[in-house]
Amino acid sequence: MAKNKKHTILKTKNLSIGYSSKKTRTIVASNINIELQQGELIGLVGANGIGKSTLLRTLTKVQESLGGNVIINEKELTSYNANELAKVLSLVLTEQVVSKNLSVFELVALGRQPYTNWVGNLSEHDNEIINQSINQTNIEDLKHKKCFELSDGQLQKVMIARAFAQDTALIILDEPTTHLDMYHKAYILKLLQKMVKDTQKTILFSSHEIDLAIQLCDKLIVMTDDKVIIDTPKNHITQGNFNSLFPKDLIVFDESTASFKIN
Amino acid sequence: MQKNYKFSFLILTVLLIVIFFANISLGSVAIPFKDVFNSLIGVTTSNESWQYIVIDYRLPKAFTAVLVGSGLGISGLLMQTLFRNPLAGPFVLGISSGASLGVALVIMGASIFGGFFATLLLTKWSLVIAASLGSFLVLLAVMMVSAKVRDTMAILIIGLMFGSITAAVVSVLSYFSSAEQLQQYIFWGFGSLGNLSWNELLIFVFIYCIGILFSVASIKALNTLLLGENYAKSLGVNIKKSRFVIIIATSLLAGTITAFAGPIAFIGLAIPHITRQVFNTSNHKILLPAVFIFGAIIMLICDSIAQIPTSDYTLPINAITSLIGAPIVIWLLVRKRKMIF
Repeated sequence: MAKNKKHTILKTKNLSIGYSSKKTRTIVASNINIELQQGELIGLVGANGIGKSTLLRTLTKVQESLGGNVIINEKELTSYNANELAKVLSLVLTEQVVSKNLSVFELVALGRQPYTNWVGNLSEHDNEIINQSINQTNIEDLKHKKCFELSDGQLQKVMIARAFAQDTALIILDEPTTHLDMYHKAYILKLLQKMVKDTQKTILFSSHEIDLAIQLCDKLIVMTDDKVIIDTPKNHITQGNFNSLFPKDLIVFDESTASFKIN
Repeated sequence: MQKNYKFSFLILTVLLIVIFFANISLGSVAIPFKDVFNSLIGVTTSNESWQYIVIDYRLPKAFTAVLVGSGLGISGLLMQTLFRNPLAGPFVLGISSGASLGVALVIMGASIFGGFFATLLLTKWSLVIAASLGSFLVLLAVMMVSAKVRDTMAILIIGLMFGSITAAVVSVLSYFSSAEQLQQYIFWGFGSLGNLSWNELLIFVFIYCIGILFSVASIKALNTLLLGENYAKSLGVNIKKSRFVIIIATSLLAGTITAFAGPIAFIGLAIPHITRQVFNTSNHKILLPAVFIFGAIIMLICDSIAQIPTSDYTLPINAITSLIGAPIVIWLLVRKRKMIF
């Protein structure tokens, strides 16, 4: 039914991630080989401190890799300049925006920056895309509110709308569901899933909501101490990959319900 | 929304022009408004010295006030956005402390060179050059150290540290100076908008315009920086380059202003806050021109007050800016009950 060979958006070859200073190199994970296809929703799961953020920061050029390659759209990540990269990759970070005095519309409009002229004037086309992103994330009624008036859940939707407005083939979100209640966690992830279906974008997000991710994602990247595996949730379950996620003294993965249970 | 701003800008521009002419009409010598107007358009006035006062003293002073107020306001705005800190002002990079050090060295160190050199050193140009050199050197040091740090906040701290060092050197110098030298140094510290000839004003305007060009070129980057540096980077902003351009713009503006008018306090910190409160926006495309007008208006008002119309006294402009500016900021914050940043 679907095209047999889907376009690969992001690919890593023997990627090593970690931190280096003049004297020391701290490798967090190595030999990472993952491929993200167009039109996939991919979750990245793993224990605290396993290196999820480091991996995302390396994939997004916030931090340098310690070895291997990251290839986005068949082009080496290091050969992108800032503005080129901004047109293929947008981010939603865990950090708060500095100025909450921006209105929702203004904040979403900043997503159009890579395309606007030197002073940042919005064209007709820009306005269309901004309004479309606002529709897709269901925040029309917040449009003229200031960001400091919003709840955490609303603000997260706005940040996602901003990434949509950037109109990139790949969107990467770092823990988009933290600080949100159960309903909003599901809401945000469902929103991402719908976006992937509707627009054939590729969305990669890190999360601790493993049970939600299993239900919603096309693929999951499971990060453990010794390896990083990308596969469909189903295969992960049958191969027992979730069992090695956490120390086994407290919680175990129950295959029949696809969730973690207290031991 | 846009229309709204246009109307506000229209009112403010008219207000600026009115206050500009009011500023020229007021001064220690009472000149009828008709004669002020006549001197401006070049028609002979009933008193020739009036024409001289208006054209060669009051007019350059009013222009200086416009440049100083708008320039300091804009550099304050740039610094507050760059450092994500509402307490930042044009002098956080050590510009005014560097200028103070240069001037202190010239005034208090002049005696070391003695006699002939001392008189040569104490011309007005030597103070301008000393202030420029001082601020340039301190700024250079701050830039060199900050090129090594990745965090923008570190630059803020480094600038403040350099400020402390230069202030300490000035203290040591003052300790060994005569009362007369101290007085001269303190008078420089009061700031002054007058005393600029048309030629000096020309140099001032030239450098000021370069600073403004750099500021305008940074508008887009500044707006993106409202999201934080990592977001700005992900939106295609070259952080290092933008940071450099913003810092250069500030140093050109604040540096020349300090060189020609002395370390004018408070305006750079207060004007951006006043503007944000009135316009209720963080968009630099609106803020930058608005800060320009507000800065010019407030500086012109402060100057008129400092002159104490029809009296022979001139109060230190530095005291007036704080006396006027501080209550305005307090009043705005109390009335709106929240800070807009």
